[in-house]
Amino acid sequence: MKVNSETIALLAAQNKRLDQRALTDYRQPIKIETNISWTAEGSSKVQIGETIVICGVKLSLDKPYNDTPDEGGITVNAELTPLSSPNYEPGPPGIKAVELARVVDRGIREAKALDLKKLCVKPGEKAWFVIIDIITLNDAGNLFDTAGLAVLAALKSARLPVVDAVTGAIDYKKKTDVALPLVKEALPVTVYNVKGHLMIDPTVAEEEAYDSRLTVASDADGTISAMQKGGAGVLSVEDISRMIDLSIVKAKFLRQQLNSFFK
Amino acid sequence: MAYKKRFDGRKFDELRPMEAKAGVISNANGSAYFKIGNTVAYAAVYGPREMFPRFLQNPKKGVLRCYYNMMPFSGSGERIRPGGSRRSQEISMVMVNSLEPVVDLSAFPNAVVDVFIELPQTDAGTRCAAISAASIALADAGIPMKDMVSSVAMGCVDGSVVTDLNYNEEAYEDGPVSDIPIAMIHNTKEISLLQMDGEISKEKLMQAIEMAKVATEKVYQLQIKALKEKFSQE
Repeated sequence: MKVNSETIALLAAQNKRLDQRALTDYRQPIKIETNISWTAEGSSKVQIGETIVICGVKLSLDKPYNDTPDEGGITVNAELTPLSSPNYEPGPPGIKAVELARVVDRGIREAKALDLKKLCVKPGEKAWFVIIDIITLNDAGNLFDTAGLAVLAALKSARLPVVDAVTGAIDYKKKTDVALPLVKEALPVTVYNVKGHLMIDPTVAEEEAYDSRLTVASDADGTISAMQKGGAGVLSVEDISRMIDLSIVKAKFLRQQLNSFFK
Repeated sequence: MAYKKRFDGRKFDELRPMEAKAGVISNANGSAYFKIGNTVAYAAVYGPREMFPRFLQNPKKGVLRCYYNMMPFSGSGERIRPGGSRRSQEISMVMVNSLEPVVDLSAFPNAVVDVFIELPQTDAGTRCAAISAASIALADAGIPMKDMVSSVAMGCVDGSVVTDLNYNEEAYEDGPVSDIPIAMIHNTKEISLLQMDGEISKEKLMQAIEMAKVATEKVYQLQIKALKEKFSQE
């Protein structure tokens, strides 16, 4: 269904949406599954409405970087697969995938969600490196929030693989019960500005209708760890303040979903 | 040393537990989830849609394209770098060859039907799972087809012919192993995919192909069940 952006803006002005939701409601269902890939050290499949994202975590032992000899590392990669939308084509990641990966990456990296020092096995020689892959299965809008939730779920479910005490080789077929040192639960929430009206969790048609957006990653005590303004429109200082307030409330809501799943 | 008892306790002609579901990706024209043991394939079909670049269009018949891809964390060892490999290119090509015989290409001249495969976890038999998933997804998309394609990896482990080889059997070290992915067209029992690597006698190979008839029939029953379940809901 291709919908005129003007209709979406017109409805937003009356606090309405095409699918009858309130402007600041997430779609239903919100579904979280973990351990969906036995070959990954941690994995998840998260669904918000019709948007589905898979996240896999692989771990490797490598030499720490010279400027942080006592720390491991994280890498986030995102693939917008042509399987997930008629708008995506096979090939190397485009700017949309790069932005998604980098915004999600900053949210957890800058919150120090993973204690990188605890990932160090032997300073200057060996540390765990965490590689997070975000793979879209069905892009029906709002990949930022869905991917952020999927990454956190996958990190929570991850367990270190067995390492041979003599050779130091990793046996990826066997997992220990040691979880990753996840100390904070930073989650990105994207607030869309449609002609001055704030909207959460847009569908694809709504994503085509926005003027500007602001992704805000925040942790359980409301500390902000990353932001990204997107879109060609501009934001006033008041807009930004309202968007941040809303994002922190919504991040709490998503965190509740996550924690009730892991309870 | 002969391979008398399978590592996972299956009978020689026994498939691993399977699951199939049609219509799992709402953006696609047709889609499927197919699981066999620990190998999982998602397939999405887009099209028939206009083909670009235009010079590739054929006014006499449509084009079928397949894209096989393993997710970076789906291998049993280290992370796989994303992006195509020679292996994934070849598998994509043999997938087209295995599916094209049942697809009525004349129904969509100038257009293309794209089949995208993504595997979140693997334990051998990935191209077979991909083909079985793709066949469900093509039917789900309403692409004119004269039959279904069902696929299973047969094998010969140290003299014993086995159905649905898994990774441990592929990696068997005490004797010769052969890996034989086969795809069959249901009604005619014609073979549209046949690859083989390893070591096998002609007799054992013919025995494996005979056993594949029975195995692919089981896959077929599940494919049809998945499609019926989806369309009875609608």
